[in-house]
Amino acid sequence: MELLVNGAKTYAYTGGKTFDPAQPTVVMIHGVLNDHSVWALQSRHLAHHGWNVLAVDLPGHCRSGGEAPSSVEEAADFIAALLDAAGVEKAALVGHSWGSLIALEAASKLKERVSHLVLVGTAFPMKVSPALLEASLNEPMKALKLVNVFSRSTLAPPPSSLGPGTWVYGASMALGRRVLASNREVNLFHRGFQACDRYANGEAAIGQITCPVLFLFGEHDQMTPHSAARGLLTIARSTGKFRQISSVPVGHHQMSEAPDETLLVIRDFLAL
Amino acid sequence: MPGYSDPGFDTLALHAGAAPDPATGARAVPIHLTTSFVFESSEHAASLFNLERAGHVYSRISNPTNAVLEQRIAALEGGIGAIATASGQAALHLSIATLMGAGAHIVASTALYGGSHNLLHYTLRRFGIDTTFVQPGDLDGWRAAVRPNTKLFFGETVGNPGLEVLDIPAVSNIAHEAGVPLLVDSTLTSPWLIKPFDHGADLIYHSATKFLSGHGTVIGGLVVDGGSFDWDASGKFAELTQSYDGFHNMVFSEESSVGAFLLRARREGLRDFGACMSPHTAWLILQGMETLPLRMARHVSNTEKIVNFLASQPLVARVGHPMLASHPSHALAQKLLPRGAGSVFSFDLKGSREQGKAFVEALKVFSHLANVGDCRSLVIHPASTTHFRMSDEALAGAGITQGTIRLSIGLEDPDDLIDDLKRALKTAEKAGV
Repeated sequence: MELLVNGAKTYAYTGGKTFDPAQPTVVMIHGVLNDHSVWALQSRHLAHHGWNVLAVDLPGHCRSGGEAPSSVEEAADFIAALLDAAGVEKAALVGHSWGSLIALEAASKLKERVSHLVLVGTAFPMKVSPALLEASLNEPMKALKLVNVFSRSTLAPPPSSLGPGTWVYGASMALGRRVLASNREVNLFHRGFQACDRYANGEAAIGQITCPVLFLFGEHDQMTPHSAARGLLTIARSTGKFRQISSVPVGHHQMSEAPDETLLVIRDFLAL
Repeated sequence: MPGYSDPGFDTLALHAGAAPDPATGARAVPIHLTTSFVFESSEHAASLFNLERAGHVYSRISNPTNAVLEQRIAALEGGIGAIATASGQAALHLSIATLMGAGAHIVASTALYGGSHNLLHYTLRRFGIDTTFVQPGDLDGWRAAVRPNTKLFFGETVGNPGLEVLDIPAVSNIAHEAGVPLLVDSTLTSPWLIKPFDHGADLIYHSATKFLSGHGTVIGGLVVDGGSFDWDASGKFAELTQSYDGFHNMVFSEESSVGAFLLRARREGLRDFGACMSPHTAWLILQGMETLPLRMARHVSNTEKIVNFLASQPLVARVGHPMLASHPSHALAQKLLPRGAGSVFSFDLKGSREQGKAFVEALKVFSHLANVGDCRSLVIHPASTTHFRMSDEALAGAGITQGTIRLSIGLEDPDDLIDDLKRALKTAEKAGV
């Protein structure tokens, strides 16, 4: 599905179903150097089970035009504009990694317009090491490999988005290369990492959430370990909006290394 | 528990795709000899059929043992995934049938396995797919052969049996300028000698019957996708970028930004053509792949000794291995295949065709048969066997003469192989008196 958001062509995968205004909507937001396809299985399932799905390519990424967001706040404003462009009054927001910060920030601004907030592989602050930031700018292939090695938890992933026979590590590497090549004007890797690194509003944002929140962690996640979200969890608990914390037995590739477990946790939470 | 760091080739050859069986604790990969898999519920069944959830339904489409093999070859090649097929020829056919239909055109190397040449030159023409053959090293020829309906470039990493090395970086550049992918048959080299994706290839296939299995026991094929080719940007592949009525109106390139080819190949190609691999075959190939690095090193070292021996024999007119400076691909092999250009090569005997037959029949350690890549050493006369359907002109194009002998060097003691060749050369010499 293509929409015009802030004057730019914006692509959102709808899970193989036509957008139906009568149904509830879930917006799925990818992380750095990813696109909509990281949600392939989860988005397709939700779309065939009563949800409008907008698994978006963020601006400047792959099928979407526009200027790639240089901050979490900018990306959150885009999510608000996306809802307006789609004519959606209220939506659930699901984000992975950088996308989780975008979802968090957007939910804090959109208040009651957000029905559920799902933070997959989240952390705050989401600091990126200076060496990795530098590598993402000057040696992006080296940085891509590092990120994917850190993200992997197994050499034997279960059947994933391409079906049985998917080599998740290789698929993630290929997607990173594709996304990086999709924007010749901006280094999406470095810009995305900078946005993660500089985001400072996480604790304030979680305090302003008005909807139920799900934290979904990978037990072996080295990119955003469970402990790195402790501050967010504490505040979420104190506001009474925290509803659930779940873990899947994988690393930072939650959607592809544990596609079923990730889907079922999200699906059940969205049904609340 | 920390995640895996960055395993090397030998570790991946043993572990990629496999973990101890969670149900039984079995350490080796179980053989899942079952046609089908029980659904948890009607809803689960519908989700599997609709590609909302990943899992196994029916072993023609996928199987857990096959999936281990598919992940392993994808890991070793640096790809995103793979599909196991009934044979190498099935892998080639699946690749082509996924990308095109009647009215399409392929540009292919002349230096191909005879079976591949048959498929392209005879069989696919009957289905409306035309092929132009060009010498693998003729870069202008590759460029000039492109037509508006060209959908694929295709060659072998090292041509069978002349071992012309395909200049993958140069040929892939020409393919990409034309908006088409490069498919490479890497059977004779295996990922231990070259990883074609690193040099620009987009798709790889293997006859896993050969070095991957390594023991001459089973027939099988594997197609691997590098995830590099941008089907949407090309604009030539409606098969992958437009809604497909034959599978839930899915737009494969939207479903997966990098895996559209594999999605359609499995969901259409395996489903409809049905050239799947038996799980038992997959298991045997996995046994072979576990020792691939060790075997390939020995294949190469034995080959170096045999090549040097043959090159010093007065009855031998030519030895066609790129390790020799006399081979036209010597320099390219040094660049693309630093570990060696494989253990399948040909040489020409001086003298008559009868002397050639006498040579083959006198061998005792080498087995006279139509295969390569076995752990045992093999010999064959291509002009009368593997390439017998080709015209003299096509044979010449593939670098084969009536006197060419092809060897596949195995893992025996190299001195025994040399003794066997010495004895056969003497017999051939006497046959010419």
